[in-house]
Amino acid sequence: MAPLVPDIIGNELNLFVALLIGIAFGFILEQAGFSTSKKLVGMFYGYDFTVLRVFFTAGLTAMIGVIAFGHFGLLDLNLIYINPFYIWSAIAGGLIMGLGFVVGGFCPGTSVCAAAIGKVDAMIFIAGSFIGVFIFAEGYPFFEDFYKSGFVGYPHIFETLGMSQAAFAVLLTIIAVAAFFITTLIESKVNGKTNPEFMPAKLYYGIAMVVIIISFSAFLMPERQSDIINRSSDQTIMKSFQPEYMTADEFAFRLIDADKNLRIIDLRSPEEYKEMNFPNSINMTKKDLFGKNGNTVFSKKNAVYVLIADNEEIEKQSAYIASEIGYENVFILSGGINGFKESIINFQKPENTGSRQEADVNRFREKASILIPEIIKANKDKGTPKKKESKRVLGGC
Amino acid sequence: MKKNQYMNPYLAGFFLGLLLLVTIFITGRGLGASGAIKSGVIATVTSIAPSHTGNTHYYTEYSEEHKESPLKNWLVFEVIGVVIGAFASGLISDRTGIVLEHSPRITKNVRITAALFGGLFFGLGSQLGRGCTSGAALSGMGVLSTGGIVTMLAIFGGAYLFAYFFRKLWI
Repeated sequence: MAPLVPDIIGNELNLFVALLIGIAFGFILEQAGFSTSKKLVGMFYGYDFTVLRVFFTAGLTAMIGVIAFGHFGLLDLNLIYINPFYIWSAIAGGLIMGLGFVVGGFCPGTSVCAAAIGKVDAMIFIAGSFIGVFIFAEGYPFFEDFYKSGFVGYPHIFETLGMSQAAFAVLLTIIAVAAFFITTLIESKVNGKTNPEFMPAKLYYGIAMVVIIISFSAFLMPERQSDIINRSSDQTIMKSFQPEYMTADEFAFRLIDADKNLRIIDLRSPEEYKEMNFPNSINMTKKDLFGKNGNTVFSKKNAVYVLIADNEEIEKQSAYIASEIGYENVFILSGGINGFKESIINFQKPENTGSRQEADVNRFREKASILIPEIIKANKDKGTPKKKESKRVLGGC
Repeated sequence: MKKNQYMNPYLAGFFLGLLLLVTIFITGRGLGASGAIKSGVIATVTSIAPSHTGNTHYYTEYSEEHKESPLKNWLVFEVIGVVIGAFASGLISDRTGIVLEHSPRITKNVRITAALFGGLFFGLGSQLGRGCTSGAALSGMGVLSTGGIVTMLAIFGGAYLFAYFFRKLWI
């Protein structure tokens, strides 16, 4: 599951990836015509809307791709970098950049691109931006309060607007298509002629249709994670779901045996978990099963996963979620932790033992009722294992 | 494609979007540019006046977040790539050459001054706004972040707001 950095692609290799991505970035920008200031500022004077077309198409393509990848569980949206939102500095900084745009004719990325093919004005622009950053760095005590004021967090735009992610994508697509159409009209009027290069061709109608169909289908299909969670609390679905069970005896045996392949997924609250937990266990919620963290936990080879909770019902729901995500070798503890306590930890030897086999079982349980509390205690003395989590990518422009 | 001709803007945008998507998929973050300039400034100041950086809050905050050399940075490598990629594209489409591009209505000196101040404003603004057209606006739109989209609206809104006063530079 993506993002691939840092688990699949290491930090050193990532720098090489950065170089390759940069090459593609520079190539595309230059091919689009972003290496000349005349074209870049065109949209502010109405004679050339190339920037708007490229920019809006790129933003939409990436956005729809990110939503789709997230929707189908390929990319963990909780881990990708979201720009922090400081209201006042975002607006003021943006306005100053807008001023810089119409005065200088470039933005940082495009100035590098233009300088690479020999534009002297772009090189001067870059020198200017070094000075600008330097002024900010030196004047930081003066800017700092303003820079850090109005912090809202890391909101998504659809949350800010109070709509669903897919609805926002559809809305923005419609706005983009309208903007493409209107700006083409403005451009023709300003230039006094129609520019056939900018008129949408049949191919683009085709692409637009595909994108609209995909975005609508995403809009209609419920979001995967909440859908699975909802279904896991549906009585009828749960009745027909048959999880694999692990008996209390087997669980006890594996604990005493210090089975390395046993991975215990403890679904109780963090407080209860802290109070009492088994070795080789991890505390998770239903939601934790999803995403990159969940994937990492359930991806060990040869591991046997046992979901434990106070009662079987909760275990069963989570087992359903795990099987829907596609995790294998997942068992639930029959009887839940309450059953385990009753039959093993607080084992009471029955008066009359039946068959020989029953006597063996009773002997084992008696032994286990002594050993398991010791194991739990020894584990507690080691301290509660910390929840290991992949962190959201930090750092920005 | 004819030589010298630019790519269809929608197609270029589509490719740029795919690249941004791949970047997010691999690294968990988007494209950027101004961050590399920031790294460049910090590296320069650090090597010229190391004692100064130790005293100034801005540099100490930066070095707390970045343990390694400021130049060993994702965006620095990405921007080196941009130079290579743009140059390759310029060669293929025959657009390379040392020129100072300016509107025939203004002199070279006016263009030089405007480019310098334009860069200065953009550099300053990108630090205040935590990202430029690439890192805040484009990438912010890709990941649907409110912060990035607000900055984007402010950049383009600001440009339209000020465009009238600087029209002589362009038309």
